[in-house]
Amino acid sequence: MAGASHQVSQPLPTPSTSHISFDNVYEPAEDSYLFLDALSSSTEKDFLRSRFSVSSHRESTSTAASNSPTVLEVGIGSGVVLAFLTAHSGEILGRTDILSFGTDINTFACHGAIKTVDVASRAFPTTSGCLGDVVNADLSSTFRDGCIDILIFNPPYVPTEAAPDLSEHDVYNEYIKKPAMESFERDSHLLSLSYAGGLDGMEVTTRLVDDLPRILHPTRGVAYILLCAQNKPLQVKDQIKLQHGFNAETIRSSGQQAGWEKLQILRVWKD
Amino acid sequence: MKILTLNFLTCARKTCKSSPAAFPLHPRDAELEIVETEFNALFIQNILPRVEWDALKGLCTELGLTNVPPEAPEPKELFDTSIKSAGIDEKEKEPTQLTRDLHNLLLETTIQSGKLVCGNCGHEYAIKEGIANFLLPSHMV
Ligand SMILES: [Zn+2]
Repeated sequence: MAGASHQVSQPLPTPSTSHISFDNVYEPAEDSYLFLDALSSSTEKDFLRSRFSVSSHRESTSTAASNSPTVLEVGIGSGVVLAFLTAHSGEILGRTDILSFGTDINTFACHGAIKTVDVASRAFPTTSGCLGDVVNADLSSTFRDGCIDILIFNPPYVPTEAAPDLSEHDVYNEYIKKPAMESFERDSHLLSLSYAGGLDGMEVTTRLVDDLPRILHPTRGVAYILLCAQNKPLQVKDQIKLQHGFNAETIRSSGQQAGWEKLQILRVWKD
Repeated sequence: MKILTLNFLTCARKTCKSSPAAFPLHPRDAELEIVETEFNALFIQNILPRVEWDALKGLCTELGLTNVPPEAPEPKELFDTSIKSAGIDEKEKEPTQLTRDLHNLLLETTIQSGKLVCGNCGHEYAIKEGIANFLLPSHMV
């Protein structure tokens, strides 16, 4: 059976989001699926497994290495990415004791996403980590300093004249069902929050990047952030390195256009 | 919202970040509900070192939950060692009742509605249908 080492592993199942109305929540798209590819790639599995390995600390359960890793997805949308990482954490991280959180500025996304993660987690009880909560919040602002080990962000990256106006957000963000005719304005507002990135498509991403040194665990912390070509990814990477002292590398990309990658995922971390 | 989540949250206002009084947030008018979740004993063991025990005890007192041990449990209290024999697999260890109680407290006891109040600035964050809202009006960010 010499061929056994060439076993091709089956792709991990994509979580269901069929319970969500995509009238006002971002529907999983190419960018979401790029995260699933990236997180389940052998390079990232190896990286994450060695960073969060417990095997060398079997006997001493009190060492920091055996502590449960925490995951936070910022701007969780449908929840498909966090559900994937949580439900398959045994396959991806090699451990099932992770604790995952999500945030979104859109309360409809929060309600939908918590169910997406919960359903996926219950469907894979032998490989799943634990879901903490999904909270209605601005980016990572409500989490304590240094408490996140793995952060995921699929931002609103489309360049627009300005980031969406939030002056009426409170009204639009009320969790009530409305007839379609009355909900059009609200739903357009909520959807715009999932894609409109303002200048260079970077206004929201920059705010998140600026919070990374605070929110990430100082040694174990790692962030995965998606960029599109218009975000000027080379500049963004330089900025993250120079201003915050992190490593920043492209680990996955898709959609070659005239030699430029349309979408890419950065890994941001410290050695 | 699960009790365990409160261990990781603080006031969303920038000016409260450095204040010890902003953690933990204080539940008020909380309606609790037990929501069953998959029991994962290894998770309980490995999350405990990350739990600020005094903060947990404090907020449980505020919620009227009385079954919290005075000190953070030791790893050896979480698994039954009486059946321990040579070469027993990590996964075969039998969790104690304490571990099941901690699972029930940290992951299954949820706040369905109420408020979370910052001990520093007094701002109140609402919890509705199990989801907490930490969005601030623009003048408070
Ligand atoms: Zn405060």
